[in-house]
Amino acid sequence: MRVRRVLTRWLVTLGVLHGIVGFAGFFAPYDPVEQDRKSPYLPPMRFHLIDGQGHFHARPFVYALKLREGSFDRYVENTTEPQPVRFFMKGARYRLLGFLPCRRHLFGLENTRIYLLGTDAYGRDQLSRLLFGGQVSLLAGLLGAGITLSIGLCIGAVAGSFGGWRDSLLMRLAELFMALPWLYVLFAIRAFLPLAVSPLRAFFLIITVIGIVGWARPARLVRGVVLSAKERDFVRAARGFGATHGYLFRRHILPETSSVLLTQAAILIPQYVLAEMTLSFLGLGVPEPVPSWGNLLSSLQQYSVLVSYWWIYLPALAMVPFFLGYLGLASSLQERGAAYKIESRIWGI
Amino acid sequence: MRYLVRRLGHAFFLLAGASVLAFLFTALAPGTYFDEMRLNPQIAPETVAALRAQYGVDKPLPLRYASWLNSVLHGDMGFSFAYNGPVAPLLVVRARNTLLLTITSTLFAWAIALPLGVWSAERLGRLSDRLLSWGTAVLLVIPDLALALGLLIVAVRSGSFPTGGMASVDFETLSPANKLRDLALHMILPVTALVLSTLPLLVRHVRASVADVLDAPFLLAALGHGIPKRTLLYRYALPAAANPLISLFGFSIGVLLSGSLLIEVVMSWPGLGPLLLEAILARDLYVVIGGMLFSTFFLVGGNLFADMLLYWADPRIRAESNAR
Repeated sequence: MRVRRVLTRWLVTLGVLHGIVGFAGFFAPYDPVEQDRKSPYLPPMRFHLIDGQGHFHARPFVYALKLREGSFDRYVENTTEPQPVRFFMKGARYRLLGFLPCRRHLFGLENTRIYLLGTDAYGRDQLSRLLFGGQVSLLAGLLGAGITLSIGLCIGAVAGSFGGWRDSLLMRLAELFMALPWLYVLFAIRAFLPLAVSPLRAFFLIITVIGIVGWARPARLVRGVVLSAKERDFVRAARGFGATHGYLFRRHILPETSSVLLTQAAILIPQYVLAEMTLSFLGLGVPEPVPSWGNLLSSLQQYSVLVSYWWIYLPALAMVPFFLGYLGLASSLQERGAAYKIESRIWGI
Repeated sequence: MRYLVRRLGHAFFLLAGASVLAFLFTALAPGTYFDEMRLNPQIAPETVAALRAQYGVDKPLPLRYASWLNSVLHGDMGFSFAYNGPVAPLLVVRARNTLLLTITSTLFAWAIALPLGVWSAERLGRLSDRLLSWGTAVLLVIPDLALALGLLIVAVRSGSFPTGGMASVDFETLSPANKLRDLALHMILPVTALVLSTLPLLVRHVRASVADVLDAPFLLAALGHGIPKRTLLYRYALPAAANPLISLFGFSIGVLLSGSLLIEVVMSWPGLGPLLLEAILARDLYVVIGGMLFSTFFLVGGNLFADMLLYWADPRIRAESNAR
């Protein structure tokens, strides 16, 4: 019972986190590609409750930032005018979940713009870019894991149910793929694909590559499950009653693999999100201006940004809860499926 | 011995398979290094065609693979278009640097993980163990990228470490002792990042496998004989738990290699990572293949080493392989 409760807790946590990213348009105050050229590299604004005169405000407020005299990238708070934060206010147009046209945002300011995580070189809101970038990166992880698991399921099922030379050939191939250093292979394949492509094509290109490279481990696990399921008494009985191959597979063998596949999904998704991040960070993934968790950080490769604008780093920390959620989910799924003797190597690369 | 021969054969099969795969990947490529030249009005189309013929990029795949194998046997590993020379010398220098980083980090990571894991397994379920588990979980989920960038920011702000490259500008003029010191200073940051990124994985596995054997009757008997706790843990429990850990050793090399790819780029360490990235951007085909094969070679080598270690450490495997 305890395992189940822990599992639910992690699922709820992940659900909330993904919900925030999924409804990014609502939670983000601005459009992720909207530029505010007058305020590049603005540091994060802070919420205040007490103003300069010592008066308490029930509604939190921020101070607008203005350039310090004789500087081009240092800002000071304009403490004369508190800017109260408005909730559920109308702002930039966006499409909720990609199709519902909407204008409401969770919060915003009436007169000036609010930047809770600062801005980047073009004055784009880092918080909005973080949330919308999450959509790209998490979707890449989910779709990539989907591709891997479907390939793994097919190959594992074929190897397990046919046996013989097909089995040996496929398993040798799987061994080969598992012996290759994963990230290097990803790079090598990426190297042979077109570099300068539109963001959408780049996105599908890299999820396909990421998804295909990782097929070996799930395939081996599925094969193991299929082999053991084939010898179960109820499967033999069904076969004795004249069940066809297709029926046996659909009715008895496929459900057995679900536990393995779920655990693998919880392990693969964060790993693939990281892979997308790595590729985008190095400029081989989703290109600007579309935000992704990787290319949000890529400006840190410039020494001047690294030294002067520490808030560009903040998105890196914001991702940690997601990975923690998936780790928790993976380990509680593993605990639940311990009876299936799932391979205990989690977080394998 | 048969066990080792079999493992060696397997390693060779993996390397050969990896090279075939790498060549199959190249079939995906929409263009070659010379395509960009065609856009350059200063280069005549005939020149490009001549270059293409000279480097044999138009030949069918099996022929290219055969000539590449030939060049591997000559110690060249193909030809780098961008550097205009054989690939192998290029890679060897970079691979040496990567290896320096990876081996150092492996040693440090294991030297820290073993005592920490044993310590944690010994006090399983107590507050200190739970705190450590939480700590490793948090460290485990911090992406390598975030870790490396965070360390870099701290280093830049504190200004006490060199933050990029492998040597200071005046490296050549230093005395040997100072050269070593300079190198060590430059290694601190990438090695710390690599150790921190693998440490949680290792600590968790050491803890789990030591905790598994800690309940064994032979340990209770040893305790009853009055054998001190430390001897008990390190002389009796750890060797019994070694088998999965040695397999993990081979696996951890793979993690480190992948991790170092990124960390080298972030911290501008002149290893395989930056070279590979450049080669990808320049479409320098054989450098990419070479880089992938070098890392596969290291990974397979590490696993082979782990196999030998296992043969040496686990009498069951020795007995099994000799009985046959």
